[in-house]
Amino acid sequence: MSRFGALVEVRLRPGIADPAGTTIERSLPTLGFGDVSGVRTGKAIRLEVEAADVEAARGRVEELCRRFLTNPVIEDAVVTVEPLPGTVPPGAASPAGPGEAPR
Amino acid sequence: MTVTVGVVVFPGTNCEHDVAAATERLGASARLVWHADGRLGDVDAVVLPGGFAHGDYLRPGAIARFAPVMAAVETFAAGGGPVVGICNGFQVLTEAHLLPGALQKNRGLRFVCETVEVEVASDRSVLTRGVDPGRRLRIPINHFEGSYTCDPDTLAELVGQDRIALRYTDNPNGSVADIAGVCNEAGNVVGLMPHPERACDPLLGSDDGLVLLGALIASSGAPLTGSPAAATATA
Repeated sequence: MSRFGALVEVRLRPGIADPAGTTIERSLPTLGFGDVSGVRTGKAIRLEVEAADVEAARGRVEELCRRFLTNPVIEDAVVTVEPLPGTVPPGAASPAGPGEAPR
Repeated sequence: MTVTVGVVVFPGTNCEHDVAAATERLGASARLVWHADGRLGDVDAVVLPGGFAHGDYLRPGAIARFAPVMAAVETFAAGGGPVVGICNGFQVLTEAHLLPGALQKNRGLRFVCETVEVEVASDRSVLTRGVDPGRRLRIPINHFEGSYTCDPDTLAELVGQDRIALRYTDNPNGSVADIAGVCNEAGNVVGLMPHPERACDPLLGSDDGLVLLGALIASSGAPLTGSPAAATATA
């Protein structure tokens, strides 16, 4: 078993109103950022999980997302999983998904 | 027979004594039930009162729904027992999937604390049974995350099955279809954002909440049937 670090980005599903994002976006022109749009807010949750490999770790975190970290009625999540430095022998596993491989 | 109402208390619940006082005023007896208890005891109805269970961390109701008492509430509801979630209790019931949809941050990011007017939209729920649809009630709301949200299919189902118990006459929070309260298919599980327990005496500005709580207590002594005609609200 190895330990993996995971980043869960909880986002509001497309089409779900985001009053916080809208409020931030409305304030941008007065700050000189009128060129910025599409502001959406969410949550970032970092956690560590013990698993046989990166795919098993991802599966556990995705299950946790479904059952607890997100409300699927209004939210979804992007999960990034990486081996924690020093816990996986070199070349044993490589991260999948949007995460960049640690150097 | 005196109806006993179980009032569930989570860490951070703050309306339990108001609910108990309002139901006792209607002749019921109230019993507080701690969230860590896996049993409800001998109760005829369950109320999940308002507050900020577990600090509303992660999402309102997200942590409370896993409390030991919730398994007992689910069993009680599955057996047809009346279950009402008020405000934070409504959020807990949606998180527990006992009611559809979700409660989102209010339109305009405003915490709303005011007495609003709601209209009884259906008498199918245990909270509105015997109350004439179309009747208007003045009841306080007090919430930041009370904008009822659901997908179009769910909304169509709620409308088609006459499951919207209460609607706002002047939508204060951006809820879809002006929804202030919904019930499950059987009508025995109801959630609403307004606080009927805070409208139980003219001194508080309104006693219209007694209409709803009275209907709940009247429903709690009798099994649910298809016809609401037999039930009479006490107020």
